[in-house]
Amino acid sequence: MLYRESGDFSSTYAEDSQTFPIKFDRYRYYFVLFVAIAVIPFMINDYWVNSLFLPFLIYAIAAIGLNILVGYCGQVSLGTGGFMAVGAYACYKLMTSFPDVSMLIHVLLAGLITAAVGVLFGLPSLRIKGFYLAVATLAAQFFLVWLFNRVPWFYNYSASGQISAPERTFLGVNITGANTQAWATYLFCLMFVIFSAYVARNLTRGSVGRKWMAIRDMDIAAEIIGVNPLRAKLTAFAISSFFIGISGALFFSIYLGAVEVGEAFGIQKSFLVLFMIIIGGLGSIFGSFAGAAFLVLLPVVLKIVGVDWLGWPTDIVAHLQLVIVGGLIIVFLIAEPHGLAQLWRVAKEKLRLWPFPH
Amino acid sequence: MPEQLAFALEVTANGLMAGVLYALVALGFVLIYKASGIFNYAQGVMALFAALTLAGIMDGQVPFSHLINAVFGTDVHHFGWNVPAFLAILLTMVVMIALAYAVQRLVFRHLVGQEPIILFMATIGLAYFLEGVGDLMWGSDIKSMDVGLPQGINTWIDETTFEALGYGFFIDNLDIVASIIAALLVIGLVMFAQYTKQGRAMRAVADDHQAALSVGVSLNFIWILVWSLAGFVALVAGIMWGTKSGVQFSLSLIALKALPVLMLGGFTSIPGAIVGGLIIGVGEKLFEFLIGAPFLGGATENWFAYMLALIFLVFRPQGLFGEKIIERV
Repeated sequence: MLYRESGDFSSTYAEDSQTFPIKFDRYRYYFVLFVAIAVIPFMINDYWVNSLFLPFLIYAIAAIGLNILVGYCGQVSLGTGGFMAVGAYACYKLMTSFPDVSMLIHVLLAGLITAAVGVLFGLPSLRIKGFYLAVATLAAQFFLVWLFNRVPWFYNYSASGQISAPERTFLGVNITGANTQAWATYLFCLMFVIFSAYVARNLTRGSVGRKWMAIRDMDIAAEIIGVNPLRAKLTAFAISSFFIGISGALFFSIYLGAVEVGEAFGIQKSFLVLFMIIIGGLGSIFGSFAGAAFLVLLPVVLKIVGVDWLGWPTDIVAHLQLVIVGGLIIVFLIAEPHGLAQLWRVAKEKLRLWPFPH
Repeated sequence: MPEQLAFALEVTANGLMAGVLYALVALGFVLIYKASGIFNYAQGVMALFAALTLAGIMDGQVPFSHLINAVFGTDVHHFGWNVPAFLAILLTMVVMIALAYAVQRLVFRHLVGQEPIILFMATIGLAYFLEGVGDLMWGSDIKSMDVGLPQGINTWIDETTFEALGYGFFIDNLDIVASIIAALLVIGLVMFAQYTKQGRAMRAVADDHQAALSVGVSLNFIWILVWSLAGFVALVAGIMWGTKSGVQFSLSLIALKALPVLMLGGFTSIPGAIVGGLIIGVGEKLFEFLIGAPFLGGATENWFAYMLALIFLVFRPQGLFGEKIIERV
């Protein structure tokens, strides 16, 4: 049998707190990493990168970020689009102001700036809870989009009001602008995805993550046992916004190249990322990936089936997509409120017990 | 600056009217939230759906005609008749009740006892679903809506204010009608809740599900009733907004405008929804007039309401009229 462990056999703390306690899972993880790093870059072309891999990777980062806030800390946010816009505009300003500095640093700095903005808009969370907070984050969404639309300094006084990424290189390879290679942009984003997932996973299982979850499960009780709600909530906002800012920066500079803020980072984006983590699974890193993959793949598949095979008009397929996404969310919430990640967990549990389930 | 003052007064009056329309949408939220604890994000889309259905029925459109054409290669679009407004409104109401029944039966009955945030997300899913269905049924082109409501400048107010202040106010007849209808609606709803058997049952459910259940109130029925009422409010709001600015997707975004109204007024209070609507309506118009347009480059209406609500909530988390939030471990 390939799948092992059915019981508690760990004899050291290190063994007990492993992310992948089962050998098979561990090797599968290494295998996926290997394929992602060393196989896919040689096989992809521009179409694959632009329609599937880049959106998937970038949304995965955003989903991880939002999942930290909503799934782990229980603070519902509808401001994701606005925070992604902060990341994008911060990255743009940095790219144009300091052309010689590496893109890596720009993207990370954009994340940090977004984290600061996130903390600012997270402050009300100390007083406001639940829906009230969800609506309060809408203030961030609308205010930030308006700000980037109206203050010309942010888009360097360009006539169209758009921002477009100048050509920048990383390790001597073009990654933004018009002359990019598919594999280069892919690997650059992948680097951030791996970094985000690694950091998020290790934060959420450490003391910080446990504090978040305590706040999520019941904030008053958490406060009584000594969790500082101020610090827990604000760190969640900061780290979540950091990742979302990174994804916004990548979304603008690597994926789209040119951005109009209301269109690219509107309220729809906030909902899209929220749906990703609902469908994928709240409070799960794997769920963030699964949800992102699902919602990136769905329109592509629907387009192929509806437009290319059946020959339906695109607007009908677009409407059907709304119906399907909405329906799926309801179905998921009814059947499995914990999303794809829970299905995965159940499957793993079954595999562990197989072939003697009793 | 008497002229500036007159402008400001006009802006205030228009803000009050806009506020009434916000309050109309907010009302639908409050109804559902009070009775079932569901924060119904889909309220705005319900208004859009109701307006689309009304426009479609009046026009004699074949539902799902685009889809049917695409699947079967036919070319149907209209039945070839026009339905009078009154009948069309009744028919739309039937559709909204059917929708309420379906929503309760297929969705929320399976989600009883879930956390509020799960229910909230389910309504977001519902919003997307309805939006897609509405577009598929009636097509996504902008429709005009004309159920015979008066429109255009109210000449009486224009002339009176011109004589009194030397400057004629521009106030749309439609806004006045909307205010009157909203007032009637609120009075009607309050009367319904206070004096009828179903209304009392509704309040009982809002107060305590378990207790209401134990004295023989049917939860299912009450919830369907509440969703139908919300559907009715959505229909009224849809007619008002649809007449004002055409039936189109942006109609569903008024739900987002209703959210700060609710936060100001409190989620659980019908008068709160009205007062909150008026405050937001006047506040955002005045802010745009006094500060937004001259100093901040305009279009501050997009976010002012949220910021106001946000700042307000920090000092009073339950809103103006909301029930005090008591938390226990």
